[in-house]
Amino acid sequence: MDDELIIGNRRFNSRFILGSGKFSLEMTKAVMENGGVEIATLAVRRANAGGEENILDYIPKGLTLLPNTSGARNSDEAVRIAMLARELGCGDMIKIEIIKDSRYLLPDNCETIKATKILADEGFIVMPYMMPDLSAARSMADAGASAIMPLGAPIGSNKGLLTKDFIKIMVDELDLPIIVDAGIGRPSQACEAMEMGCAAVMANTAIATAGNIPMMAKAFKLSIEAGRMAFLSKPGRVLQNGGEASSPLTGFLEDVR
Amino acid sequence: MIREFTDADDYHSHMESIDSDIMKNTLSKVSELGSRTFTEADVRYALNKERLGPEDFAALLSVAAEAFLEDMAQRTREETRKYFGNSVSIFTPLYTSNYCENGCLYCGFSRDNKIHRAKLSFDGIESEMSKIAESGLNEILILTGESRKASDVEFIGECVKMAADHFNNVGVEVYPLNTEEYGYLHECGADYVTVFQETYDPDRYAELHPFGPKRIFSYRFNAQERALKGGMRGVAFGALLGLGDFRKDSLACGIHAYLVQRKYPHAEISFSLPRLRPFINGGYSAEAVSERQLLQVALAYRIFMPFSGQTISSRESSKFRDNIVGLSATKISAGVRVGIGGHAEEKKGDEQFDISDPRDVEEIRKALMEKGLQPVFNDYVRV
Repeated sequence: MDDELIIGNRRFNSRFILGSGKFSLEMTKAVMENGGVEIATLAVRRANAGGEENILDYIPKGLTLLPNTSGARNSDEAVRIAMLARELGCGDMIKIEIIKDSRYLLPDNCETIKATKILADEGFIVMPYMMPDLSAARSMADAGASAIMPLGAPIGSNKGLLTKDFIKIMVDELDLPIIVDAGIGRPSQACEAMEMGCAAVMANTAIATAGNIPMMAKAFKLSIEAGRMAFLSKPGRVLQNGGEASSPLTGFLEDVR
Repeated sequence: MIREFTDADDYHSHMESIDSDIMKNTLSKVSELGSRTFTEADVRYALNKERLGPEDFAALLSVAAEAFLEDMAQRTREETRKYFGNSVSIFTPLYTSNYCENGCLYCGFSRDNKIHRAKLSFDGIESEMSKIAESGLNEILILTGESRKASDVEFIGECVKMAADHFNNVGVEVYPLNTEEYGYLHECGADYVTVFQETYDPDRYAELHPFGPKRIFSYRFNAQERALKGGMRGVAFGALLGLGDFRKDSLACGIHAYLVQRKYPHAEISFSLPRLRPFINGGYSAEAVSERQLLQVALAYRIFMPFSGQTISSRESSKFRDNIVGLSATKISAGVRVGIGGHAEEKKGDEQFDISDPRDVEEIRKALMEKGLQPVFNDYVRV
């Protein structure tokens, strides 16, 4: 079945986006292989080392890098980090991450909209990380975003889809791929996100904090595939409180149907 | 008591006074919580909470919490991994001068202590920095003794500019400055500022600092705020454990950082956990803080502010450091020289204190890898 994930002009077979930076670099390859990962995010601030333990040295060939602007507190800083990513040869995809709250690490939608516009105009494939707010997501889409990345729960919290209803609204209303970014803690939650129509799922902490990291990567791969398949197979309506008469309120009509 | 240190008349002419109630609020909270007796039930309650407030933090620092050290450690490791994964940053300090105008009774650099004094020349600094950069390090902390005369702001600024050529991440640990001066150092290339309050007990502070600009408690206390107003990205806090009641000092230090973060939500916060160490000619007897107690403080900081950085000093033994990184600490120094110079050439001046863990960058890196931790040489991009 041809079911590609399309972001901007790029096409992918995997819908599992892996975050990096929370587990040992030497494990990177095994995690990506087990997870069938084609896209991995990368903090530009980590990549810009040049010296020892450069994360870029550990990324398998053929993988698409999704550099992020973590560390940026406003649109200006995000734009500069994105330009630096381009100079470093990280490609033209960029995940905008603008955070000015060191306690909860929640994104700033206003600044993110501004950065989306500037970077889309600069020719980047822009994927903004955001608080799930339909209006802000529409502004990001208008500004040229190629995908929208709402958070399921705060970064690193492993709390799952706390914002589920709002993400679902975005899935229903926007034509862009909706990718759940932060908060996914279990494969079952990733599966749920996919089943409700999200285009992909990103995970990092959930995998990095697992007892067996490569095996957890595989569990995510399978759950994301299962969720996607369920979505494509159009799940049947769930009947509540047992059975339901076929037309309890309109059965009085005597017209011939 | 507090008034003596907040009275603007005490300020030296160069010292800026800012409008802030963080010191007042910290000290009053500490006096309220520091005198309370916490029970095991309070500790359990705190440990079961998702987000802790100052009262819960005080419970974790209490004597009652000593019985819960393993539980605290379990929770701590979970929090650290959530926020930092298995990453541990490595950096080194560079002491550029040991001239000092203060009379701190517990410090080797103290003005009247008869030690060999020195200040590195710019050539000397350049060769020290080149040597440090060769080890692969990308983060440096520039220190001076507290003397505006011997190491003026322009001198520190030049050091920062030179450091910015070699390293991505430049921090300073120098005498407290005014907002504008922090702004200048930020322009030169520094983004992080460390200031230890030493002890948060104003009376004890007065005893330990008989003369010098450091005597002004509140000017030091407000340094982090001025640094952030000056544009710095992150500020580090620390109480020198052993000078006073370590529980109250740690409580105050945590609440200080907590209130600063609430007022400046973007600020990157980190804690240091220095314990008093012997120094040349040092006859000062300190109240002992055991490793167990030091660990309790480290765990309490992490659980209270799980997102904060935590640096473990080379004052501690290699065994203790190897065990606390990955648990609560997220940053470790390597190849440390606390005398003046000593990386590229022979040291020019005497040490501030004795270190316990002399391992170089490669040794620290190996030790981290053996524990399954990921050494991080760079986690910062200046834009």
